Amino acid sequence: MDKFGELLQTSGFFYLTPGMLVMWLIAFALIYLAIAKNYEPLLLLPIGFGILLVNLPLADLMKPGEGLLWRFYHYGLQWEVIPPLIFLGLGALTDFGPVLANPRLIFLGAGAQGGVYLTFFVAYFMGFDLKEAATIGIIGGADGPTTIFLATKMAPHLLGSCAVAAYSYMALVPIIQPPIMRLLTTKKERCIRMKKGRKVSHLEKILFPVVAAILLILLVPPSAPLMAMFMLGNLFREAKVVERLTSAAQNELLNIVTIFLGLPVGATMNAENFLQPKVLFIFFLGLFAFMVSTATGLLLAKLMNLLSRDKINPLLGAAGVSAVPMAARVVHKVGAEADKKNYLLMYAMGPNVAGVIGTVMAAGIFLTLLN
Amino acid sequence: MAEKILAPLAGKVVAVKIKVGDKVEEDDEAMVIEAMKMETEVFVPCDGTVKEVLVKEGASVEEDDVLAVIE
Repeated sequence: MDKFGELLQTSGFFYLTPGMLVMWLIAFALIYLAIAKNYEPLLLLPIGFGILLVNLPLADLMKPGEGLLWRFYHYGLQWEVIPPLIFLGLGALTDFGPVLANPRLIFLGAGAQGGVYLTFFVAYFMGFDLKEAATIGIIGGADGPTTIFLATKMAPHLLGSCAVAAYSYMALVPIIQPPIMRLLTTKKERCIRMKKGRKVSHLEKILFPVVAAILLILLVPPSAPLMAMFMLGNLFREAKVVERLTSAAQNELLNIVTIFLGLPVGATMNAENFLQPKVLFIFFLGLFAFMVSTATGLLLAKLMNLLSRDKINPLLGAAGVSAVPMAARVVHKVGAEADKKNYLLMYAMGPNVAGVIGTVMAAGIFLTLLN
Repeated sequence: MAEKILAPLAGKVVAVKIKVGDKVEEDDEAMVIEAMKMETEVFVPCDGTVKEVLVKEGASVEEDDVLAVIE
């Protein structure tokens, strides 16, 4: 009987805590949302499983220097390898044509970062330190890899909750954004049809990633890891001479690194780290950031309409948050509700991809100022 | 007078809902184009009869390509 007792004590069951069981429930909830509701399954499924694994006692998967998931975390995230590789794939998938056809829409990508900065101040006044506040604010950019990149450098203890918040809100874009969009625009504004953009030449599309990389990296040097890979991926795509590399960056590589992104992010969420009142505030502030970003994008578009004779549909401002292409799709749908023959999708892609650049720049600015 | 249905955006034609000879009314659904993994309907611009259908299901179209002609 004693032997049996000893055996039991070497098993993990003996060391389970109520906190761990609560984390299991959170893990199951994310896995359920991913599978049954199709909420960002590519990320929430591995994150959910990572949460489950790290809350199995004695498994020591996150033990520094030894654990398997710790290695993924250390060499993938702390070494800043995975988020830039994701950006390589995103660059290869991104068509900057809509931005180049209508360059003033770039401002909307910047305008929709309003929530990032505002939330930074709100979080700071609520008692988070500067680095934590920046990490929480960046959720408003609705860009997962950038959130993870910044969190790893600024506030690793918040990595899991900020990443889960960012991906959850990205999945909820079609629910969170439309009420704000309808509230801040009139039906007449939503019916505005966009003037056709000019045709963009192949040369312009090749020059864009090169020129943008030079300018943006010189402007905000700490944004370099993400920006460099983003623009390289885009150059692959537009050069049209390295189809194999473009396809590898878009498909195989992106899929592989996605696996190694989600799992260690989930694994940072152990019970003692996550079950704190602070985390509720992070989710609340993240939502606030995201809503404010949507609103500032819309309001900037309306301001541009006051100053310019060429009216733009203010809904495009909401696409300035960088959830690509969900935010652009939502703009198209809300526009089509008002006028079913108004095709905003491709115009909305302009601020949408500009928003990705805007969020990376915001992260770079935080790194410059706070490190 | 013939009126053309132009592609409002670039994408892939996933459904063609009109055929030559059909009587159509303005705002009838003519086709469905998929772009950015979203299906977008294309509507008939005027009342009339379908004279020509220039694309098939599965075709890739650019913005402003002529999809069909209504007479």
